Amino acid sequence: MFIKDYISDVYNGVTSLLKGMRKTGWYFVHPKEIITEQYPDNRATLKLADRFKGEVVMPHDENNEHTCTGCTACELACPNGTIKVVTKFETTPEGKKKKAIDALVYRLELCTMCNLCVAACPSDAIKMAPTFEHSVFDRTKLTKILNQPGSKIKEGIE
Amino acid sequence: MFSLEGLTAMIQNWLAANFNPTMILVLQCVIVILLAITLFAVLGLVLVLMERKVAAHIQIRLGPNRVGPGGMFQTVADTLKLIMKEGLTPDKADKLLFNLAPFVVMMVGMLLLAPIAFAKNFQIWDLNIGVLYISSISSLSVIGILMAGWASNNKYSLLGAMRSGAQIVSYELSAGFAVLSIIVFTGSLQITDIINSQENGWWLFKGHIPAIISFVIFIIAVTAETNRAPFDLAEAESELTAGFHTEYSGMRFALFFLAEYINIFIVCAIGATLFLGGWMPLHIGHWEGFNHLMDYIPSSVWFMGKTFFLIFLIMWFRWTFPRLRVDQLLNLEWKYLLPISLFNLLLATVIAIYGWHF
Repeated sequence: MFIKDYISDVYNGVTSLLKGMRKTGWYFVHPKEIITEQYPDNRATLKLADRFKGEVVMPHDENNEHTCTGCTACELACPNGTIKVVTKFETTPEGKKKKAIDALVYRLELCTMCNLCVAACPSDAIKMAPTFEHSVFDRTKLTKILNQPGSKIKEGIE
Repeated sequence: MFSLEGLTAMIQNWLAANFNPTMILVLQCVIVILLAITLFAVLGLVLVLMERKVAAHIQIRLGPNRVGPGGMFQTVADTLKLIMKEGLTPDKADKLLFNLAPFVVMMVGMLLLAPIAFAKNFQIWDLNIGVLYISSISSLSVIGILMAGWASNNKYSLLGAMRSGAQIVSYELSAGFAVLSIIVFTGSLQITDIINSQENGWWLFKGHIPAIISFVIFIIAVTAETNRAPFDLAEAESELTAGFHTEYSGMRFALFFLAEYINIFIVCAIGATLFLGGWMPLHIGHWEGFNHLMDYIPSSVWFMGKTFFLIFLIMWFRWTFPRLRVDQLLNLEWKYLLPISLFNLLLATVIAIYGWHF
């Protein structure tokens, strides 16, 4: 019926608008919800979201060991050639030859933080770090070697 | 107790003692002009800052907080910047209309200031057709906007101005009907009479359902008339790049910006006068003690409090609701607000005739 539809239209419109106003009004009277970070002032206590993606890093444990096997899955996954895996062959104590990384070259200036390399890695060797103060005066400083000097692959990672 | 009434009486007596009648009139005019300009400047600064702070808190941000304590002087800095900028006139624009338009818009705001009662016996001009005067002058503001849009010689400006014209002309009707239902209750167009009739309770409470409905319609209609979101089709930053004031820069842009906030203040002041009792303190029935306590708060504080509450309400709308399309805008007015307000006026008339209101 026309009149009934008309009234329910008005009612639904008003209630949905009030619902929106209730939400924004709640935020207005709860200043604790404010998420603004006053960055240069609170540099020491800055809190970033867990999912923040700032750069690719390779975590090393206390024995200076990483879990990268040099499989180049990240290099293949990268859409714009940010990662270059330089491999070498190491001889194991049993005399077998084994592939390992010499250097994992990461060019931050090309990276779009798309996370595809991290998703592609079969051994969770790389991850995204929540850092963002990347500016430098010399462009060559943006080309980083992710594995630390003298590091080697962890035992049992194939 | 602080009161503006005493202040005006003091100045009046001092003028009467020292000058002849013609001189008194001239000096009174000068004082009123100075007060009006000061009020406009202060309101512009305060309301822009308030808007930015309210918007920030609604959107879980902090807002301006660098210039002065808590960002208090941000708008002062902005105004200084605008004053120093070049006021450019486009080459192919209609020079006279282009330069005249911001002043027309401002002038409408200044004229509307006349019948508003800011406190008890503190009013520029208490004319007997106060509400009629307000509704007729406020419809002039569309001329300034159309002038600006046409003179700019810019498609976006013209579109914005035309939208604004359609919008203001439509929404004036329901604003008028909302005001009329209060006039039906009071039986007078004079602002003083309307305020005095609310001594034992504001019309929002006394007028039953019709008053509440007309209050809601009034708020919606004046939001549309002042071209504010969700009805900011005339500006529509994302579609028309600021609409009718695209081509304006420097201080003339600031005048448009100021006029928007002045208009908000004025319509909220009118809303506060009609529905919330103007400067009248909150009185509840026979609670003598409570009523006396309320009387101790100066009337100017009551007026400003109510006005700023309504301004906050309109800002709350702006930062909550999405913008309407043009067809939705006109549908809302002609299919919903106007029939409802017509029916509401009938209801208010019946209640007023039978004397069912308190």
